[in-house]
Amino acid sequence: MSIERPSTLDFPPDAEGMEMVYCRPDTLTDTPFHYCPGCGHSVVHRVLMEVVEELGLQEKTIGVAPVGCSVFAYHYMNIDMQEAAHGRASAVATGIKRVLPDRYVFSYQGDGDLAAIGTAETIHTVNRGENILMVFINNGIYGMTGGQMAPTSLPGQVTTTSPYGRDVKMVGHPIRIADLLIQLPGAYYVTRQAVHNPNAVRKLKKAFEKSFQYQKEGKGTCFVEVVSNCPSGWRMTPVESIKYLEDTMFPAYPLGDLKVPEKV
Amino acid sequence: MEEKKNKTSEAKLMKGNEALAEAAIRADIDGYFGYPITPQSEVLEYLEREIPKRHGLVLQAESEIASINMIYGAAGAGARVMTSSSGPGISLMQEGLSYIASAQLPCLVVNVVRGGPGLGTIQPSQGDYFQAVKGGGHGDYHLIVLAPASVQEMADFVFEGFRLAEKYRNPAMILTDGALGQMMEKVIQPEEGSLPKIKTPWATTGKTKDRDHNIITSLFIKPEEMESVNLQLQEKYRKIEKDEVRFEEIKTEDADILLVAFGLSSRICQKTVDLGREKGIKIGLLRPITLYPYPYKRLNELADQVDFMMSVEMNAGQMVEDVKLAVEGKVPVHFTGRMGGMIPSPDDVLHEIESILDNQNVLQD
Repeated sequence: MSIERPSTLDFPPDAEGMEMVYCRPDTLTDTPFHYCPGCGHSVVHRVLMEVVEELGLQEKTIGVAPVGCSVFAYHYMNIDMQEAAHGRASAVATGIKRVLPDRYVFSYQGDGDLAAIGTAETIHTVNRGENILMVFINNGIYGMTGGQMAPTSLPGQVTTTSPYGRDVKMVGHPIRIADLLIQLPGAYYVTRQAVHNPNAVRKLKKAFEKSFQYQKEGKGTCFVEVVSNCPSGWRMTPVESIKYLEDTMFPAYPLGDLKVPEKV
Repeated sequence: MEEKKNKTSEAKLMKGNEALAEAAIRADIDGYFGYPITPQSEVLEYLEREIPKRHGLVLQAESEIASINMIYGAAGAGARVMTSSSGPGISLMQEGLSYIASAQLPCLVVNVVRGGPGLGTIQPSQGDYFQAVKGGGHGDYHLIVLAPASVQEMADFVFEGFRLAEKYRNPAMILTDGALGQMMEKVIQPEEGSLPKIKTPWATTGKTKDRDHNIITSLFIKPEEMESVNLQLQEKYRKIEKDEVRFEEIKTEDADILLVAFGLSSRICQKTVDLGREKGIKIGLLRPITLYPYPYKRLNELADQVDFMMSVEMNAGQMVEDVKLAVEGKVPVHFTGRMGGMIPSPDDVLHEIESILDNQNVLQD
């Protein structure tokens, strides 16, 4: 496919004859991401918007931003968007989808938003089989508010509100919400992905592509969890955070498909 | 209300909640999102029964929190949407209402008030006046609040509510009560399709090539920006206060005593006016139809004419504060009312007036 670029992003003149294989999609604005160095959000934003552009859905896609670090997702995603109250993104997405059923609607939420304060909305949106894509960024911490314990923080994980480590006797075990959601008939496609290396990013992109295809076919809720990092909240360098993902997060949140459409 | 009536539509005997629900269909709502709660479950029931046969969309949500956020999403997508509930459910919606007011989305919310606080009772009350007209949720905002006093107005104010909400891009509320919701009266329904849809170029309908992306948000992180949004809201409220005050006056021309009452209380006070005049006490009644904006100016004028005013409410005395603000101390302002689902009778109100008059006579003797 050919994509026309603004002049500032063109290849330098001496690149004549070379083929453009990778560039910033039109579905991202020129606003620089504000995310911390190494944070997964910007990669997920970009991959999602690449898919919207490549499928030619910029005019038909409406996103819902959450409360949390990605509250300003609408500054970066060059599509129509709404900003929801904390936890309510999937209810807001439901409202949009129900009155504009031919549009592609997605919600984008973090772990505190989707798996703590918005648990009821999450479960019931999926239970209705709402024909939307729910993107779930799970980094086991509240990033924006400065690194507090999330519903998905791991046992023993030190955060500002679990300074001696998450005590499961006091606050329970981390909630694996995707594992809960696959029990619901409304969930059509549930997968857990990551963005810690190029291969993972490619897989995530595939998952988004499938989700838009299923939404086109009216199949039900597609739920894409991204087990991501939070170098600032975890008090780590970006490189250390990748190692923590691989050594500690992925064993607790194994990557891969949790529910795939039945073969006909 | 000057609602255009369908001349061919016959007067029907309807419950207030059902009249409201029927009017919603006739107002061409694109969506109703709600959750059952007494005393207004008939609204959701009626719409679940009728909408599949006619037009629009109805969805029973998992909570009032979900309902109001579905309203936010759908209104932000340019749809004409409404929800309804009663006190406890309306309390759950306050977060969403604050967001909707800030994002400047039009929608209609109906509160069929029951006695509170807490889980309270399912009997009628006007105890949610403060919540409705003074904000309810966080931040500086107002709902446009209409108070019907008959089943006819339960239907008419659906149209009026949407008209005002859409004119000002502001949430509107119908503040009614369990008695008006449950009682049956003759009603002539507004003509179906007589409320044209507005243009919504700001809505999130999908970014086309010819415009920037549309954003519906209530987040303005820079204080300068947040202040300017607030100034814009306040400017809108001043315009609403100037142009949209509605009230009804009954026998105020020669009144010495003015009753002030809205909704069901005003129906009771109408009878008190007649009972008093039979005894030679010249009572008049001012019924605010819009509770926000409030008829401060007219009450202030009437304060130059009457000896005293009395606010009659089915609560502990909430609107009486606005009456006092209006009269600026020119005349005494009294209050009488019942709470917790109890309703004052016309005789109760008259008795209160007579005892005030007796006290005055004692003082004069």
